[in-house]
This record gives sequence, structure tokens and C-alpha cells, in this order.
Amino acid sequence: MNLNIPNFLESLSIMGKGMLGIFIVTVILILSVYVLNFIGRKIEKKNDDQE
Amino acid sequence: MEVLFSNFVVTWQQAVMWVIGAVLIFLAIKKDMEPTLLLPMGFGAILVNLPNSGAVEIVEEIFEFGIASELFPLFLFIGIGAMIDFGPLLTNPKLMLFGAAAQFGIFMTLSLAALFGFDMRDAASIAIIGAADGPTSIAVANRLGTQYMGAIIVAAYSYMALVPIVQPPVIKLITTKNERRIRMAYKGGEIPKITRICFPIVVTVITGLFAPDAVALVGFLMFGNLLRECGVLDNLSEAAQNILSKLITLLLGITVAARMQADAFLRPDTLLILGLGLFAFVFDTVGGVLLAKLMNLFTKNKINPMIGAAGISAFPMSSRVIHKMGLKEDPQNFLLMHSAGANVSGQIASVIAGGLILNFMSQYVA
Repeated sequence: MNLNIPNFLESLSIMGKGMLGIFIVTVILILSVYVLNFIGRKIEKKNDDQE
Repeated sequence: MEVLFSNFVVTWQQAVMWVIGAVLIFLAIKKDMEPTLLLPMGFGAILVNLPNSGAVEIVEEIFEFGIASELFPLFLFIGIGAMIDFGPLLTNPKLMLFGAAAQFGIFMTLSLAALFGFDMRDAASIAIIGAADGPTSIAVANRLGTQYMGAIIVAAYSYMALVPIVQPPVIKLITTKNERRIRMAYKGGEIPKITRICFPIVVTVITGLFAPDAVALVGFLMFGNLLRECGVLDNLSEAAQNILSKLITLLLGITVAARMQADAFLRPDTLLILGLGLFAFVFDTVGGVLLAKLMNLFTKNKINPMIGAAGISAFPMSSRVIHKMGLKEDPQNFLLMHSAGANVSGQIASVIAGGLILNFMSQYVA
């Protein structure tokens, strides 16, 4: 089996970008869940108060 | 009489495929390993490897209709989305980080497959076995036009079924007994209904903006979840969870056999792909555990590092494995809700990873 070093080196940059990309999207999703929970609780409290 | 026996010319490759088919059927029935998929796959492997099999053409047609067009993986995602309760994740959103970390094996495997001489498209298709998620593996591998579809699907589903065997030794190797005994308090709470309804929509929009190639996958997954959470389509949600997902899995299994014909499947590369798939699952586990250990260096409330391993997408198998391991170390240590949160995060993260892989590979697709 021939080892393909240039391909391997090229793949390392994909690995770096890929993991970085996943973490960026994940952090944004986490923040959006905090915002959703905050807004959701506010709306629920408001509805409870009205009842 | 001669005509009657004219088809009795079985090559040794076809005979080997019969054995492989029989092994898949055995694992499905006797070991209860992903039976909805492995049983039709095993039977399909025998079906298409009969001499001059008249089934090849029709199976190939269903393949073109259902898999090449990506209909089956997408329909399956509606069912999976309807099955998932994102409650534990919405209670503790930080668990999503483990879903991200546990995609590490995908990219490690991409590099290793590239080093072994697979071209980038094939290397990426093999690497996506590490998504630990059948529909994502099928959709990405299909979109990249790999020649190794059969081996990739067999590896993806086999290792998903083997999570209880693959993950524990890896986790034990990289954690101490004291770490595995860390207790985590669960602060459960009612998730507002509006949050549960908006979550699938928000995830679809955000993921779609960052990884447009993943939007079909994540969109169908989240649509299934919206059916579950909206509260007015319970019948459809139940149909998606029980009937749609099972029917599609069944068709998927037997159709995959189109890529399990002896001449395409029985190659040295197949063994290498099975090895690379195992490597991907191992490093997914390592990625999740190491992130948890890293977070423990900076946080006051320690995380049981085993939770990180549940960030792989094999749902709900992985969360159950981690919960059982926790109980084994300390019978009072209940990790299920935390591990389930990490596990459903892995489902989302694996789709994002698939989308990013497709984005990166667009330059290599002719």
C-alpha cells in the first residue's frame, strides 16, 4: 500500500476547518437555546399571570 | 434437464456473499443487532448474489428511486426526528458541546483514509461512517458518488449495533475509576412548550445558513421533531415513529443489497473500510471524553467524562451504555438524562458534520 502524504496533509486542514465549523455552529445553537428558554419562560409566566 | 441446472454455476465470491448474508441475518435474529436493517440487508445480499439473479434489476431500480435520490434517508429522518425527545438537551444546552466533540472520529478517519490512498471523495465517504448515523452516512456517501457504498453502509450500521462492545473499553482506557464515579446532579425542569416548538425551526435555520448542504437532512429530522412537539399531529407523529421509519428502514436494508454484489463488495478495500469505520467510532468516543476531561479543568461542577462519549449519534444505544457503565461504577450514579442530552446533540452534530463534509468536498466533485 502506498501512503499518500500530500492527500493526508490536505486532509489535516479539512479536519481543522471541520471541527472548528462544528463548534462554531454548536455554540450558536447553545446560545439560541438559552434565548429560546428565556423567552419561553417569560411567555409562560405572562400567560400564567393572565390566568 | 440441462436448462434446469444451467444456473448451478456459483462463483466462490457469490458463495462468500451468501455466508455474509447469513451472518447478517444471524446477528439480526440471534443477537438482536439492528434487526430492522441487518435482516433485510442479509437477505438482500443473498438475493442479488444468486447466479443470474433476476432480482438485481429491480433492486437496482429501487436503489435509484430511494437511495440515489436520497428519498429513503430523508423519510427515515422524519421518523427519527419524531422519536427524539430533545428535553434533556434543552434543560442543559451545554451538553451540545459533546455532540460536537464526538464528531472528531469523522475527521481523523478522513485523514487516515486519505493517507491510505483513497481519493478525497472516497475518504470523506468512508469517514462519515463516524457520524454513527445511517441516513447521514448514506446521504453523504451517495452525494459524493463513492464506489464503496455497500461497505460503508454495512460498516455504519454494524458499528452502531456494536456500540455496547466498542465504547466501554475505549472509555475505560482513557478515564480513571474516580472519573467514572463522578456524580452529576440533574436539574430537571419543565421546558416551555414554545421552546420545544421553536427549537426544531431554529436549528434548521441556523444549520441551513452555515451548512446549506446539510439543510435537507437536518430539515427533515427537525420536521419530524416538530410533528412530535406541535401537539396537534399526534397521529402523524406516531405514524412517522412507528410505521414510516420501520417501513423505510426495511426498504433501505434490502435496497442496499444493490451495492452488495460480490464483484463490487468482495475487495481488499472492504476490509480496510471496516477497519477505518471502527477507527472512526473509537475516535468519536475519544473526542467526546477528552472534551469532558478538558472542561473539568476549568469548571467547578465536575462532569463525568463518560458523558462525552454519548455525544456520538448512535441514539439511544450510546446513552444507555454510558448510564449502565455509571451504575456499574457506582449504583447510585444516575447519568441517563445527561447522557441522553449528549446523545441527541450528537444526532444534530453528525448532520452538521455531514453538511460541512459536503461543503468541503464540493471542490472535489466533478
